Amino acid sequence: MMEITEGSHAIAEAVRLCRPQVISAYPITPQTHIVEALADFVANCQLDAEYITVENELSALSACIGASAAGSRTYSATTSQGLALMFEVCFNAAGMRLPIIMSIANRALGAPLSIWNDQQDSISLRDSGWLQFYAEDNQEATDLHLLAYKVAEDHSIQLPAFVCFDGFILSHTYEPVDMLTQEDVDKYLPKFSPYERLDAADPISFGMYATPEYYPEFRYEMDQAQKRAKDVIAKAGKEFGAMFGRDYSALIEGYRLEDADTAIVAMGSICGTIKDAIDEMRVEGKKVGLLKIRVFRPFPSEEIAKMLSHVKRVAVLDKNISLGAKGATALEVRDALYGSTIPVKGYVLGLGGRDVRKKDIKEIVALSEKGQGDIFYGLRKELI
Amino acid sequence: MALAVGCRARPGKARDNKTGSWRVFKPVFDHEKCSKCGMCSTLCPEGCIHEDAEGFFDPDYTYCKGCGICAVECPKEAIAMKQEEK
Repeated sequence: MMEITEGSHAIAEAVRLCRPQVISAYPITPQTHIVEALADFVANCQLDAEYITVENELSALSACIGASAAGSRTYSATTSQGLALMFEVCFNAAGMRLPIIMSIANRALGAPLSIWNDQQDSISLRDSGWLQFYAEDNQEATDLHLLAYKVAEDHSIQLPAFVCFDGFILSHTYEPVDMLTQEDVDKYLPKFSPYERLDAADPISFGMYATPEYYPEFRYEMDQAQKRAKDVIAKAGKEFGAMFGRDYSALIEGYRLEDADTAIVAMGSICGTIKDAIDEMRVEGKKVGLLKIRVFRPFPSEEIAKMLSHVKRVAVLDKNISLGAKGATALEVRDALYGSTIPVKGYVLGLGGRDVRKKDIKEIVALSEKGQGDIFYGLRKELI
Repeated sequence: MALAVGCRARPGKARDNKTGSWRVFKPVFDHEKCSKCGMCSTLCPEGCIHEDAEGFFDPDYTYCKGCGICAVECPKEAIAMKQEEK
């Protein structure tokens, strides 16, 4: 049923319908509304789960590790500094192969302190082994939670997943969202069936010590699981489409890309703005298209190379910067197109909540046509 | 050995880690000086010093890391740390 609802509340409702058995989180802007809503659900007996309150994010995700290892479907949510505090635990959750789902309301990292949106937080954990999904709107943010559980809990994957959506821009915005029912979700998402679990009657340890003779093989196995996830996402995404009419089988999506000369590559809510800008540019006769990345880990290199094979130039927009190098997406798209003659230019923009408007997208397309890029776009010259 | 998913292990798995290869100094026990008090066995962090039928103690060199705690704590100075050549 279509409802006009705040992004955070739509996500909290989707999480409730996934029937997590243990939730542990620490409030942090702009994620707070999600965990507040879930705490209410538990307190009001609308969700039969343990809600573990903790002193910080490191403890929150640590509690989730224990709960997941004990065989519970487990959920957390955070952003920015909270995720940074979880850094160590993130690597452990992935290494122990625990299918924890965590919502990331993307926010800039300090210092300087910023509560506003960019994607530096989750991008900074790209090497941790977590699957990473990025939502364009609140419908996608809501749906991706179901998909994430389905994929993460698959016994051939067994990896945790971030569901990322832009803080404030999506989390605090009211949009129409098709809300699923408990019956729908139960049909799509079976009960969590852990591959192995902690059991006092049959003891087992998770994440044991590996000497140099064993460690590289464990990392290799995680990398293999990431790569297998492409097919599992395709299957689970298709099934979602068949049940609910929204197909998430593709890791990337094209918009007016078939005949485009200039391809813009981007992730998250900015894609909506880009689509509007493209429609206007098309009226002016400019052949511009969008390649939206919905799944950043595993990174869809081959899929991107295939979808961009016909374009004349690529402009990659990054709401993050690997300081001293480039935006993370630009680096990986360039790697995906290695060996082709298509020029790839990166544009770092929207950091710390700086607005990205349609005219910015048009200006970036103009720059890319002139071969100018690999820049911070839209800097205030009077400040530097 | 095939890898366990998530490096998960049943109890007793630590025995697979032959930590004796870490050793640089090797504790050598002198039973002439030993009073059989068992302090070495109690304090060994690896739990690898065992009592024999006569009540004397000896380390299991498969696991002894050569930390030297037994030698420092022995009240009879019956344990000497000797450089090991491999």
